[in-house]
Amino acid sequence: MTAEQIIFYLTAALILVSALMVVTTRNLIHAALWLVSTLFGVAVLYATLDASFLAVVQVVVYIGAIAIMFIFAVMLTRRDLLDKVPQTNTSWPWAAAASALMAGGLLFAGSQLNAFGAARPALSGDALQGLSLALVSADGFVLPFEVASILLLAAMVGAVYLAYKK
Amino acid sequence: MNFWTDPIAAVAQGLMQTFTGWGMAPEVAGIVTNLLGVVLMITAIMVLDIFLVWVERKVVARFQDRLGPNRVGPWGIFQPFPDIIKLILKEDITPTGADKVPFNLAPILSLGSVIFLWAVVPVASRIYGVDLNVALLYLVASGAIGTLSIIMAGWSSNNKYALVGAYRMVANMVSYEIPLAASLLIPTLLAGSMSLNAIVEMQAKGVWLFLVTPLGALLFLVAAIAELGRSPFDLNEGESEIVAGFHIEYSGMKFGLFYAGELLHAFTFGGFLAALFFGGWHGPWAEEYPLLGAFYFVAKAMLGYWVIMWIKYTVPRIRIDHMLAFNWKFLTPLAFTLLVVTVLAHRLLMSLPLGLYVAGMFLVNLLVAWATLEVLRSSARRQREALGTR
Repeated sequence: MTAEQIIFYLTAALILVSALMVVTTRNLIHAALWLVSTLFGVAVLYATLDASFLAVVQVVVYIGAIAIMFIFAVMLTRRDLLDKVPQTNTSWPWAAAASALMAGGLLFAGSQLNAFGAARPALSGDALQGLSLALVSADGFVLPFEVASILLLAAMVGAVYLAYKK
Repeated sequence: MNFWTDPIAAVAQGLMQTFTGWGMAPEVAGIVTNLLGVVLMITAIMVLDIFLVWVERKVVARFQDRLGPNRVGPWGIFQPFPDIIKLILKEDITPTGADKVPFNLAPILSLGSVIFLWAVVPVASRIYGVDLNVALLYLVASGAIGTLSIIMAGWSSNNKYALVGAYRMVANMVSYEIPLAASLLIPTLLAGSMSLNAIVEMQAKGVWLFLVTPLGALLFLVAAIAELGRSPFDLNEGESEIVAGFHIEYSGMKFGLFYAGELLHAFTFGGFLAALFFGGWHGPWAEEYPLLGAFYFVAKAMLGYWVIMWIKYTVPRIRIDHMLAFNWKFLTPLAFTLLVVTVLAHRLLMSLPLGLYVAGMFLVNLLVAWATLEVLRSSARRQREALGTR
C-alpha cells in the first residue's frame, strides 16, 4: 500500500464517519461541527488529487461561509438545540434498500468504465493556470461561469430587496 | 553544498546521509527529515511567540508611559517564563453545562489556524515550507478556521457573555474578510501569481509593492487588524459590556493558547505585510546568504507588528454598528474601486520604464485617495445639512 492510498483510506473513513454523525447526532450544533469535519475531509481529498485551488476554496466557502452560516442560523432560531422526537419512521427499511440499491448501481456503473482501478494520470503543466484559462476562454467554460455569476447577482439583489425598509 | 548559501538543503542532505547510513530506506528517511523540519519550524515559531509576550508588554508599557516588566532577567526579558509557569499551575476549570469536546478543541484550533500560515511564508530566498500556488487563498482559508474556533469557544462555554462576544467577533471577521481578500488580489494581479514566493521574487527583481500600491498596503493593514480583532476592532472584548468576550470561561493554559494565538497572529500579519508589500526577505546580499534574508524578513515583520501594536494602544474601540458600516459602506467599495483602477493603470503603464511606471502607479493611488476624501467630505456635508434643517 502506498502512502497515497493510506491517506485516501484514512480520509474516506473520516468523511464517512462524520457524515454518519451529521445525520445521527441529536444536537444540532454538533451536527454542524461534524459537517465541518466532513467538508474538511473532502478538502483533503482534493489536495491529494493535486487540485490545490479546489481544496482551499472548499475550506474558504464551505467551512468559512456555509458552515458558519448554519451555526449562526441554528443558534439564532432554535431555543432548544436537542431534538427529542424519534429519528426514524416506519418506512426506514425501504429507504435503506433504495440507498443500498443506488450505491450498488453506482459501484457497478463505475466498474464498467475503462479507467476503473487505473492509476491517476499525471497532470501536465500548471493545473491552476489551466483551470483559470478554461474559465475565461471562449472554447472553455466562459458561458457557464458568467451565467453562475448572474445567478449570484440575482440572489444578492433579492437579499437586498428583502432586507430593504420602505 | 554550502551551509551559508543554502542552509536548509545542506542540513537536509546531511540528515538524509545520516539516516540512510543507519540503514533506513530512503523514502522513510525523507519522511523523517521532512517531519523534523516541520517540528523545527513550529518550535522556532513557538519560542518566538514566548518572547512576543515580552515585546508586547514592554511596548504597551512604553506607550502608556510605564516601565513594563523589569524584574526577571535583563530588561525583564525572561518575564514570560514566570507567566507560563503561573498559567500551567492554575486550576483548569470547565464550566458546568459546557460542551467538553468543542470547549477543549477551540483553543487548539485557534492557535493552529495561525501556525498553519507559516507553512507558506517565505522566510528567506531558500527557507520556506512549501511554495504553494494558492498561498493567498490559503491565508483566507486559515482565517475561516480561526472564525470557526471562536464560534466554537463562544458556544461551548455555556455563557451568554461568551456567546455575544463570539457573535460580535465572528460578524466582524466574516465582514472584513471581503476587503482583506480584495486587497490580497492587488499584489496577486500585479505579480501574476498567488504564490508568496513569486510575489517576493518579483519585488526583489523590481520594486517593493508599497510604492506601486500604497493604498492597497494600507487597506490590507486595516483589514488585517480587523481580522485579528485588535483595537480599534476589539469587539470580542469589552469590560463594560461583555467582560472578556468569547474566552471568558477559559482559565490557565487554555486561555494562554488563545493569548499566544492572538500575539502570533499579529506578528504573522506583520510578516504577510512585509512579504506582500515590503519585499519580504529582500535586502542587500539577501539573495546569496539566506540567513541574512531571514533576518531582514523578521525585522520587517517586527516593524509591521510594531505598527499594529501602535494602532492598538492608541485608538479606542469603535461601536459595532459603526464598525460594520465602516466595512460595508467604505472599505469594501474602496477596495473594489482600487482593484479595478490599479489593474487598468497597470495595463496602461506596464510598457513604460520602471521609474515612470512606479511614479504613474503612485500618482494613480494618490488620485484614488483624493477622490475618496472628496466623496467622504461631500457626504459628511450632506449629513450635516440634513441635521441642520430638521
